[in-house]
Amino acid sequence: MGLAELHLELLETLGSEAVLSDRQQLRTYECDGLAHYRCCPALVVLATTAEEIAHVVRRCSAHQVPFVARGSGTGLSGGALPRADGVLIVTSKMRRIVEVDIANERAVVEPGVLNLSVTKAVAPHGYYYAPDPSSQQICSIGGNVAENSGGAHCLKYGFTTNHVTGLRVVLPDGEVTRLGGKAVEHPGYDLVGAFTGSEGTLGIATEVTLRLLRAPESVRTLLAAFPSTDDAGAAVSDIIAAGVVPAAIEMMDALAIEAAEAAVNCRYPAGAGAVLIVELDGPAAEVDQQFLACEDFARSRRAFEIRVAADDAERALFWKGRKSAFAAVGRISPDYIVQDGVVPRTALPEVLRRITALAESSGLRVANVFHAGDGNLHPLVLFDDEVPHQAERAEEVSGAILDLCIEFGGSITGEHGVGADKAKHMPAMFTEADLDTMQRLRCAFDPAGLCNPGKVFPTPRLCGEVPGRHRGEHPLARSGIAEIF
Amino acid sequence: MGERLAGICGEAFVRPAEANDAVAGVPAQVVCLPGQVSEVAEVLRACSRHGWRVVPRGSGSKLDWGAPPRRVDVVLDLSRLNRTLEHGVGDLVVRLQAGARYAEVQRELSAAGQRLALDSPHPQATVGGLVSAGYAGPLRLLYGSPRDLLIGVTVVLADATVARSGGKVVKNVAGYDLGKLYTGAYGSLGVIVETVFRLHPLPAASAYVTATFDSPASLDEAVRELRAAALVPAAVEVASQIPGWNLTVLLEGVPPGVADRAERCAALLGASTSAVPPPGWGELPGPADGVLVKVAAEPAALGQVIAALGEWLGPIDPGYAVAGSVAGVLYAAASQPTDIDAFHRSLAALRTRLADVDGSIVVLRAAQSLRAGLDVWGPVAGLSLMRRVKAQFDPDGVLAPGRFVGGI
Repeated sequence: MGLAELHLELLETLGSEAVLSDRQQLRTYECDGLAHYRCCPALVVLATTAEEIAHVVRRCSAHQVPFVARGSGTGLSGGALPRADGVLIVTSKMRRIVEVDIANERAVVEPGVLNLSVTKAVAPHGYYYAPDPSSQQICSIGGNVAENSGGAHCLKYGFTTNHVTGLRVVLPDGEVTRLGGKAVEHPGYDLVGAFTGSEGTLGIATEVTLRLLRAPESVRTLLAAFPSTDDAGAAVSDIIAAGVVPAAIEMMDALAIEAAEAAVNCRYPAGAGAVLIVELDGPAAEVDQQFLACEDFARSRRAFEIRVAADDAERALFWKGRKSAFAAVGRISPDYIVQDGVVPRTALPEVLRRITALAESSGLRVANVFHAGDGNLHPLVLFDDEVPHQAERAEEVSGAILDLCIEFGGSITGEHGVGADKAKHMPAMFTEADLDTMQRLRCAFDPAGLCNPGKVFPTPRLCGEVPGRHRGEHPLARSGIAEIF
Repeated sequence: MGERLAGICGEAFVRPAEANDAVAGVPAQVVCLPGQVSEVAEVLRACSRHGWRVVPRGSGSKLDWGAPPRRVDVVLDLSRLNRTLEHGVGDLVVRLQAGARYAEVQRELSAAGQRLALDSPHPQATVGGLVSAGYAGPLRLLYGSPRDLLIGVTVVLADATVARSGGKVVKNVAGYDLGKLYTGAYGSLGVIVETVFRLHPLPAASAYVTATFDSPASLDEAVRELRAAALVPAAVEVASQIPGWNLTVLLEGVPPGVADRAERCAALLGASTSAVPPPGWGELPGPADGVLVKVAAEPAALGQVIAALGEWLGPIDPGYAVAGSVAGVLYAAASQPTDIDAFHRSLAALRTRLADVDGSIVVLRAAQSLRAGLDVWGPVAGLSLMRRVKAQFDPDGVLAPGRFVGGI
């Protein structure tokens, strides 16, 4: 059997420290950040070099064994959910920052490097790495590339894909290829752009060239408390309409605030129906004026308390509540589902009303945390697994929220990815032709269908299949699956 | 051929090709102008069936860029698909048919105090063409290129499949980002029919700060100091001003902010400030009938690159011109060289030298005499993978065959 032979080969070439097959050890890797999807891999390989990854993939390819890559395992869509019949290739030991090239404003890193570690490494030079998912203290760059991760500051600065200029990739057949580099443009197809956000289905990145930004001269943050999310939303609209592009605008509703309070004692203003965190950054002379404008807008939209961070410590305190929000709901509810959807920003007030209605009719509570500037919602559906049927109802509400997002012309995922979790929702957002066309890309990279199969797309596309004219024997007939009458 | 296509688009919208319909010097047979996406699909279906080769065209402003296609039967002109489908003012998003014209689009957007943060040297260029050519000008330093601004795209494939990717919202990671694939692909994977872009507010104020430098080294030094100053310029352009080079910094923002930053910038560079751009700002350098190349490289190699370009083009044309962004993408132009073999050789030599700084040279435009045996694209990393992508999207090679890298 392919797996057994593969196991022996890998043990021989990589050693028993790197190749895990003991059930107890394997269970550590059976899920990523989405804990209710679990699957024990057949083998785990702890890679330490790009060559090892290429070797493992080559041997998987030779034995037709599927494989899945995993960075820090913090993903929220099951992208690193293993295959029971496959190998899980873990990159978390590859934490080397290969090069910091300030003159070119680039950093070259191994995939296991933690997101925040990049900023820490370049901060002494007055630079930082902009994409800042809330998990940035533990999530990996490799994972960020796979998911095209965003974060609170992506409103102004974009996502991972806007900050990756080059990759070294192990393709699903084990071939290693360099794509892009330090320059911002290269002739040919933008395969770096196509690979970023492909959720680990097109290969494994073993080296990533990142774009760094010069740290802003000034950063100013305010926390404003409003009677309701409608008021807060109106303030956001005013800010955007005035041509201000904040570095971040985050909103939390009353329930989310309650949870954050219980968890980290962030002391947000009491009685707030909604709290807004607005952060501006850039040259001081720009920020100062725009900041005053934001304060005015907040006040004119009934903000009853506005706090301006006096220093870094106070700014960190404002953010503490927001960044702890997901985990914090664990304080006010035994169980919860974190959802991730996008609606056009202007639709937010209406969508929030619909979510409230959904919550009410289901008898469950929904706490809302979201990136108010770009319409990326993170509704937290609270439930108690001990109570009969609550888990199912929570799933229903969570799914209904995604339907809402599509109804309003948004997306089923703004940051967390499709992974295993949302593949079934893809047909609600895209037609068969849309999905088939996307999978043509997958067929170009992974005709054998071994690289993280089963993720993103609900139905795999047969890669030998070329729609339209056929020359010679049809691939299905050749493989014995079908006959032509 | 004309009859078949007239049956789809209507007789009024199909005509025999003329001399100026040629694609990079290769004459076409028929020009057809579909009026709807369904007609685009039917045209492509017919072309696929009959083995006719198709090159999509917007305004034709860059039709002479890239390698000459092996054959062009049909020029598929997207001019009639020119509507603004949706402008989400509050969401800073616009949905445009591919044939929408750049200048008109910007006019419409500016009425709402917004813009597509993309430059175009040709006001009549179509948005689909800008995306297909992957063109970006001075604003690329802060806003990126079409790949960073495109959030959704609809294409028609050679087999008439109409396929969308991305969407209408800026935050969206559902599915593969095929928009990145189609950007800069010269129409070789599919015909773009619809584009969705993220927008930005028009700045309330702007200022241009220009200084002149007489050596690449002093230019490099100035750019280094500029970066350290964290002034967040919207653009920093270098332009040859023989015997030296001009550096122009564009600052945008609120009036007091721009005034403050312009003052600091001018002091830093020993420069003068102006409310209007210098002549030639955002334009392609050189004569319209000269040879035009695009050079990309690591940003810090700027001085090295402009020096190398001077050594290469100076002997060909003492009036050569270079203009581009310190982000590391420059355009260079000269009158057509007379010694063609020497040009091919020196191009190859320069490509080898610049490889050390992740450099690439693409010959965008060249006279017919120069094209024979010319390596337009240069060496390309990942070419075999790119061929596989092409084979999946356009297995029969219907779209722009031979125009792209590696003969794709």
